[in-house]
Amino acid sequence: MPFGNTHNQLKMNYTAEQEYPDLSKHNNHMAKVLTLEMYANLRDKQTPSGFTLDDVIQTGVDNPGHPFIMTVGCVAGDEETYEVFKDLLDPVIEDRHGGYKPTDKHKTDLNPDNLQGGDDLDPNYVLSSRVRTGRSIRGFCLPPHCSRGERRGIEGLSVEALGALDGDLKGKYYALKDMTEEEQQQLIDDHFLFDKPVSPLLLASGMARDWPDARGIWHNDNKTFLVWVNEEDHLRVISMQKGGNMKEVFTRFCTGLTKIEELFKEKGHEFMWNEHLGYVLTCPSNLGTGLRGGVHVKLPNLSKHEKFGEILKRLRLQKRGTGGVDTAAVGGVFDISNADRLGFSEVELVQMVVDGVKLLVDMEKCLEAGQSIDDLMPEQK
Amino acid sequence: MDSCFHSFQFIISGECDPVPLEEEKVTPPCGKVKQKEVLATPWHCNKERHTYFCSAALKKVKALPLYLIATILQKIRPTSAGLKYLAVCDSESSRLAAAASEGRVIGRLLCWEKGRYPQHSPASSSNPSVYPSVCPFFKTSFIWRDLVCFYRVKMASSFARILSSKRKVGILSLVGAGSLTVGFFLNREQHVNAGAHVRRIYPPSAEYPDLRKHNNCMASHLSPAVYAKLCNKTTPNGYTLDEAIQTGVDNPGHPFIKTVGMVAGDEESYEVFADLFNPVIKERHNGYDPCNMKHPTDLDSSKIRGGQFDEKYVLSSRVRTGRSIRGLSLPPACTRAERREVEKVVVDALAGLKGDLAGKYYSLTQMTEQEQQQLIDDHFLFDKPVSPLLTCAGMARDWPDARGIWHNNEKTFLVWINEEDHTRVISMEKGGNMRRVFERFCKGLQEVERLIQEKGWEFMWNERLGYILTCPSNLGTGLRAGVHVTLPRLSKDARFPKILDNLRLQKRGTGGVDTAAVGNTFDISNLDRLGQSEVQLVQTVIDGVNYLIECEKKLERGQDIKIPAPISQFK
Repeated sequence: MPFGNTHNQLKMNYTAEQEYPDLSKHNNHMAKVLTLEMYANLRDKQTPSGFTLDDVIQTGVDNPGHPFIMTVGCVAGDEETYEVFKDLLDPVIEDRHGGYKPTDKHKTDLNPDNLQGGDDLDPNYVLSSRVRTGRSIRGFCLPPHCSRGERRGIEGLSVEALGALDGDLKGKYYALKDMTEEEQQQLIDDHFLFDKPVSPLLLASGMARDWPDARGIWHNDNKTFLVWVNEEDHLRVISMQKGGNMKEVFTRFCTGLTKIEELFKEKGHEFMWNEHLGYVLTCPSNLGTGLRGGVHVKLPNLSKHEKFGEILKRLRLQKRGTGGVDTAAVGGVFDISNADRLGFSEVELVQMVVDGVKLLVDMEKCLEAGQSIDDLMPEQK
Repeated sequence: MDSCFHSFQFIISGECDPVPLEEEKVTPPCGKVKQKEVLATPWHCNKERHTYFCSAALKKVKALPLYLIATILQKIRPTSAGLKYLAVCDSESSRLAAAASEGRVIGRLLCWEKGRYPQHSPASSSNPSVYPSVCPFFKTSFIWRDLVCFYRVKMASSFARILSSKRKVGILSLVGAGSLTVGFFLNREQHVNAGAHVRRIYPPSAEYPDLRKHNNCMASHLSPAVYAKLCNKTTPNGYTLDEAIQTGVDNPGHPFIKTVGMVAGDEESYEVFADLFNPVIKERHNGYDPCNMKHPTDLDSSKIRGGQFDEKYVLSSRVRTGRSIRGLSLPPACTRAERREVEKVVVDALAGLKGDLAGKYYSLTQMTEQEQQQLIDDHFLFDKPVSPLLTCAGMARDWPDARGIWHNNEKTFLVWINEEDHTRVISMEKGGNMRRVFERFCKGLQEVERLIQEKGWEFMWNERLGYILTCPSNLGTGLRAGVHVTLPRLSKDARFPKILDNLRLQKRGTGGVDTAAVGNTFDISNLDRLGQSEVQLVQTVIDGVNYLIECEKKLERGQDIKIPAPISQFK
């Protein structure tokens, strides 16, 4: 069960074969990796806080997946999950993150000065810029496993830390359960409000328990820096603004994150991080930087080009609709962001986005002018 | 005694502060509020002195129950970083002196009581912090009573060991009121092996769910005291209170429809968490008290009188119930192996049915396209639950593993396996022969029971609660006997609801629960589940539906109808 290891001892009364899930119709990373033998070896283990193998894989068992879209199919309940169940998670991570080995090291670089350019993306094409990541507070269980007390503890610590931000980062916290009607409407209009998850991928892992207790949204007065508390991760940090000044967005992002980290350290807490996996988050797909930096960009001509997919792939970028993941593009406007999370630093990923989007806009302008883009084709990064 | 006004001033400081406080000019909000509403009462806050202030009038309570203190503290200081209250003692205790000298006192609860002064004079009391003051608002005198102090316990110290070994001594007795707060003071029992970094432990008050916007039976009865008492318990299989109530926490309910809000993970849940289940059962089952009543089971269909309805009105008849296999966990908690075992045990037994009960099993995982289509056309196929009431309880895990449908060749006896319960048994046919439907129902159930007993299994059943099922609303008989009946005139009569009520029947649309009626056809079935036997309930439906048909006929002939006298509930 997602909220306890209560039945692990009971399961030991049955053989591994009797308990092994039926993954014959499944298509997700967990199902590809979890053999009966691996299940037998890992099923009696648990993390110190009591998270078990079945807890890790429940979401993948309940959601067989899609023939075209490969979901991860497992989650972490605490930091130690990635250690205790490394036999399962290392291959999943390797598969998901383009061959990242268990011995590889991840670099973290949150120095915005290292970013070249990024302040001159053509605003006629680039409508908005955004960088998001997540952070987990060390010593607390992650959303699939945390108790109400822990979740409230996380909220309390986060609100305290965010309350100490000042300057252009000064802002206000809106707890989901105490929000007034007006506040709620304002947050919806600003596109800040997040809803109770409906995706079965999230529900099956137990992340939506006790909704909306201890969930909330913090944003600065300028509405350019936003933090979600206790949604899919302890903290989701988002920096964004209209236009194409990704440099400014990224600078605020780094400054804000660094400040928040300092404030937590002052209170004796730190973020979950290690040399191998970078920042530790609930879903293995968000390890490393957990960073998705992207733009909403108008590419009506380029998107119809036969090589669009190939170009994106070479630039290490992915496209989504403007509603976010699993949505379609509207009016030729795409959400273009980095495809990688782990194995590249934050600066490197945002650099890829900045350089890549610049090239895409140039290509779009070429196509508008009726020219060919063949000599602009990039190399594989 | 007349009611006391208790005002709770919390002095939270990080330093040792055993010196009496100076009088504060505070204006308490007045008004009598119920105990539960204390949490919702607005707080006045003096940030500099870190004082938080609220007043509530509590009848007959001399001292604030500690669980309430804990809850209030948690509300005002949700972060555990600032306030680590690990022990509480009376201010006159020697423990306070020890803690104070080591600088570990972190807070005190002051309480003032009206009318105790001038019986107590400061000089006579050994408590240095008892001193009179006059409250301008109430124009009467109050004394501050330093009731309890909170201090940090150093876990490694021998002091802490003494404290943790003498759990009840000296702590609960001070405040009385019978509050069950042992769990509050001490670390919650850990569900994990000791050693290594363990789970962050919070006291029950920090874990207590926020049920202020909830309207379900669980929320009505889960007070902080009950939560504190039960939160550290588990059934022998390891099922916990938090798991039992999760569905009720996640689904606040509807102002008009009161759901149950909790489930059982195994048979023992009803015992281990009886302090919560019993009042919920009593409320849901219209006053049936599991503590002192017995539930009768009677599957002798020969006792039924009548049971053949006028088929001009009754289109179909149906009886359903559920059964659980003793020794295996229920759907919210069962492991995959247990679920597969349930499937195996039940399918083996059903394979032994003969004659008009002989049939076939269709496993959800192995069904062919044609079989699936046929089952849909027969309206037999059940889908993966989408109702959050069910999914939040964990019943849909591992779908569709070990789920399936069995039915006899004549399609009049149907068993669902591992849907919301281990088994759901349904007997039905078109037309109005409820008698035959019930006969087949009883025969089928008894046969299945005999067949599983041959293999050493039995159904979950006890005298108090009858047949044990996942949802407390289905305890007892778990029986819903009903008909689809057309009542064009009666259904428009304003007295229809009252007639149904007195006959102890309920109406639903023909799509089942939470659907609307189509045309003038209704699903009419028994209201009760627990406290009456199967025979009694089916007889109630037979007699009741006959009465409804009589009413309809009377209205057809232009005659007037009467509301029947209410029939007694527990026979």
